[in-house]
Amino acid sequence: MSKRIKSVIRVIIIVAIVVIDAYPIFWLLTSAMKSPTEFTANPSYSLPEGFYYQNFVNAWTRGHMGRYFLNSLFYTVVALLFIILITVPVSFALTKMRWKGREFFSNYFLTGLMVPVATALLPLFQIYSKMGILNTRFCLIITYIAFGLSLSIFLMCGYMRSLSDEILEASVIDGCGIFKMMWYIVVPLMKNGIVTVLVLQFFYKWNDLLFSMTFVSDSKLKTIQTGLLYFTDEFGTKDWGSIFASIAISVLPMLVIYLFLNKKVVEGMTNGAVKG
Amino acid sequence: MKKVLSNKKVIALFVIPALILFTGLVVVPVVWSFYYSLYSGTPGLNWEFTGLKNYGKLFIDSKFRDALVVTLEYILMTMMGMVILGLLLALIYRFWLKHFKNLVKTITFFPVVLPTVAVGQLFKKIYEIQPYYGLLNSLLAAVGRQDLVQPWIGQQSTALRSLCIMDVWVSLGFYAVIFYGGLLDISDDVIEAAKIDGCNSWQLFSRVLMPLLKPVTITCLVFAFAGTVKMFESAIALTGGGPGSATTSLSMYMYNVAFEYRNYGYGSAVAIVIFLICIVGTQIIKRFDVKESD
Repeated sequence: MSKRIKSVIRVIIIVAIVVIDAYPIFWLLTSAMKSPTEFTANPSYSLPEGFYYQNFVNAWTRGHMGRYFLNSLFYTVVALLFIILITVPVSFALTKMRWKGREFFSNYFLTGLMVPVATALLPLFQIYSKMGILNTRFCLIITYIAFGLSLSIFLMCGYMRSLSDEILEASVIDGCGIFKMMWYIVVPLMKNGIVTVLVLQFFYKWNDLLFSMTFVSDSKLKTIQTGLLYFTDEFGTKDWGSIFASIAISVLPMLVIYLFLNKKVVEGMTNGAVKG
Repeated sequence: MKKVLSNKKVIALFVIPALILFTGLVVVPVVWSFYYSLYSGTPGLNWEFTGLKNYGKLFIDSKFRDALVVTLEYILMTMMGMVILGLLLALIYRFWLKHFKNLVKTITFFPVVLPTVAVGQLFKKIYEIQPYYGLLNSLLAAVGRQDLVQPWIGQQSTALRSLCIMDVWVSLGFYAVIFYGGLLDISDDVIEAAKIDGCNSWQLFSRVLMPLLKPVTITCLVFAFAGTVKMFESAIALTGGGPGSATTSLSMYMYNVAFEYRNYGYGSAVAIVIFLICIVGTQIIKRFDVKESD
């Protein structure tokens, strides 16, 4: 085969891969703009004739996507805040501080990486039900925090290990107590690690379906994922435009974060795997 | 310095919140599942100690067997798809792409970050046949293959495969990036030397690259396994477990047994099976690593 043909074939394969990855998303966004008549009149792959924004209005109001969106945002942000607040000190204690149980507790927290979420689900449901906190924002947030810890601690410890002891020593000599040291030295130097954990956990929490569909049935408290599932079940066959609009709404934050932070996102998500 | 870093009170303050949350909400429930699995019924209602009866029931429960088979098939197909295609894509990044490498990587990674439910709903519409053709069927019809138009997720024969394809589509970019990282660690010198020694592309791949990529491959397999063993979100979002039980996984079966039939004890037994599959599978994959490096 001549070099030319070879390179043409290569280009075709690469373009095909890109199309397969990107086209469904493009199709989603364009379909969200179609009016109901377009779905009946034109084949699915055709482009929208205009921007039928009523779809988004329907999704946001009738489908309550607005409320679900804000719920998810609230749960995710609060959970992330606590994950960081808890993870940074623990990881510091596990890597830099001197005490006997260090090894043991490092391994103890790591076991969480192996636990399939489904195994903990039924007892958790019973516990929450007995405590009477099912159907509250609290039970969802606390679950998100607890199940985010293992991976976050694991990643953060990796970053902590690269923190030089000399800097810590210097700060002690300059009169820093442990809390000052944490705030003025450790946190700024761990910025990279913190961002990685935040990005990764944001995707996991935003994505959660299992916990939210199990613990929360009150439609005022539903997350965007459960909301999307029920909304599409309800309107699924009839109102395609609104469905596409609601899917687009749930995808939007990811799209925005990914556009601005894609290096961080890729790094954060794959680091989690490689170091494990 | 030493004094600051070995202050017991501070250590306790740093560790205890995480310890309480992790123990209370992750470790205790898992252990509790074992205990639950020895009972039958709903706690507080008809809760009754039945010993290992639940586990015996697993063997004669045909629905459980179906769910187990579906889960294993799904794990095998999806895992292989993700890892093999991910590797191919990484090779393309490494050897074929020069100019638009970052752009292509960015685009192929994007599905990874999409919410599972959104992807499920999207693919539901892609595979749709009624009331209008979805993307796939409309494209098939447009190229004149009306004979291939079918309810992809509405029939037993294609539902599970359609689900696998969707999940491979989602995760492909993720594994490609991990493999690509592994490929970057292999220095150009090694590849050049192999070429000078007369390696063709296939030999370069099988004799030089694959052995060096082994640790990365194991990582990918472990990760793909852990991701597929739970099989829940994507199946709920795409097919809801149907048609019939064609895509009902163990996790979904557990969920149904517990929350629809109200049999928490038996559901917990299924949960323990999931737990065991997870642990055993991971250990088997990791074993590969040890054996060959000895």
